Amino acid sequence: MNYMNQQPQPYAQQAYQHDGKSAETRNLKPGELSTGTTIMAIPFKNGVVLGADSRVSTGTYVANRVSDKVAQLHDHIWCCRSGSAADTQALTDYVRHYLSQLAIETGRVPTVKTAAHLMRRLCYENKDKLMAGVIIGGWDPVEKGSVYNIPLGGTCIKMPFALGGSGSTYIYGLVDSLYKEGMGEEETKLLVKKAISHAMARDGSSGGIIRTVVVTEAGNEREYIPGNELPFGP
Amino acid sequence: MASSGSGYDLSSSTFSPDGRIFQVEYASKAVENAGTALGLKCSNGVVLCVEKPLLNKMLLTNSSRRIHSIDKHSGVAITGFVSDGRQIVNRAREECSNYEETYGTKIPTKVLGDRLASYVHYFTLHGSLRPFGTAALIASYDPETKDHALQMIEPSGVSYQYYACAAGKGRQPARTELEKLNINKPDKAENINVREGVKQLARIIHLLHEDGKDKPFELEMSWLCEESGWEHKGVPRDFIKEAVDWAKKDILETEEYESDEDEEMED
Repeated sequence: MNYMNQQPQPYAQQAYQHDGKSAETRNLKPGELSTGTTIMAIPFKNGVVLGADSRVSTGTYVANRVSDKVAQLHDHIWCCRSGSAADTQALTDYVRHYLSQLAIETGRVPTVKTAAHLMRRLCYENKDKLMAGVIIGGWDPVEKGSVYNIPLGGTCIKMPFALGGSGSTYIYGLVDSLYKEGMGEEETKLLVKKAISHAMARDGSSGGIIRTVVVTEAGNEREYIPGNELPFGP
Repeated sequence: MASSGSGYDLSSSTFSPDGRIFQVEYASKAVENAGTALGLKCSNGVVLCVEKPLLNKMLLTNSSRRIHSIDKHSGVAITGFVSDGRQIVNRAREECSNYEETYGTKIPTKVLGDRLASYVHYFTLHGSLRPFGTAALIASYDPETKDHALQMIEPSGVSYQYYACAAGKGRQPARTELEKLNINKPDKAENINVREGVKQLARIIHLLHEDGKDKPFELEMSWLCEESGWEHKGVPRDFIKEAVDWAKKDILETEEYESDEDEEMED
């Protein structure tokens, strides 16, 4: 190339060279599905509430409007998936396998910390090839309800509540203002549903229905809210 | 010592007609010739103790350890071939560190014991390898269940959890003495505590040691208890000295008492 003849591009033009695609879509391989999404998990006194939207998109086409982004890793350990659908499904399969083997070898219930640790190792060691942000939440006899956030790159942080996915950026303020420590199960469920509805209203990559899982010592309770019964919405 | 190996004892990979693997049994004999090692699971911790015969007057005391820490929360006492023991200790350290790196938590005692047992057992299967001539006593604490445990791994690759265990030269009389202690009472409050345990183990070692016959020895002790913050540490030297002094006094008193009894009976 003839470097002498190149015009310096104005900064504004450079900024548009991604054709209006979101950061997530740009990093996907052609044809790959994205769970551009809103996911969250909040622990309460006796367990954890996990919630997610249900939209899976390839570009502007919604490939699945009722997908299940909350996956079970073990009896009382669940995981919310965001990023590339293929990557997160593969990761959940691996962690599920390792956890079940560990449960047999140690003869005890695996902890959420262990599940998060396993997931993080996979995410970090393969960070170049993966695009996956997950939230691990669950109940174990040691820590009771706990939530770990594992964003892109493979950090693993235990948090009082965790948000993830493209839609989460729109609801940080809302959750920060509404979250209180020591909430009960019903209050936490309402907060999760409200926050995800707000995110779905503003984020193009999030939508469909809201799926929630409430994990306690007693067991798991799955629920979903259809798109026409959202607490807040268009 | 006449052994009836007669041709079936040349390789670890050969059974004898009566279903024994002689090489593994010979490995156990190697352990039986070495200094006594004792382990005691007390109500509030685990104590490990090894009698280290001083083979050479020029040996620097407190070098050449028999008890090693393999992680903050676990330790191993070895007896038998010391060099074989080092191999087991290194493997145990690797297992602990790998487990923590993969799963994010300290390795549970049972898992550590099972893995080391599998490792030791591997060496009893191959024609080209020989079994370890070492017994390993593992003391470990599990922060998740808040439980402490004592495990012993024998050269054959079996591993059991114990209230009290002994390996080495004086293991038979040691076991008899250990059974007399309060270690498995249904009312847990009656069980011996670590401080008392240290004293009793010191007493047992001194009781078994015959000054005329055996070489002079050094006593190595470690504990894993509340007092040590559930970290595997050497018992403080002044406490060992206190325990040894008490042990010697107690042995003398018991001997006098017994000889008094004998004198009475002579009438």
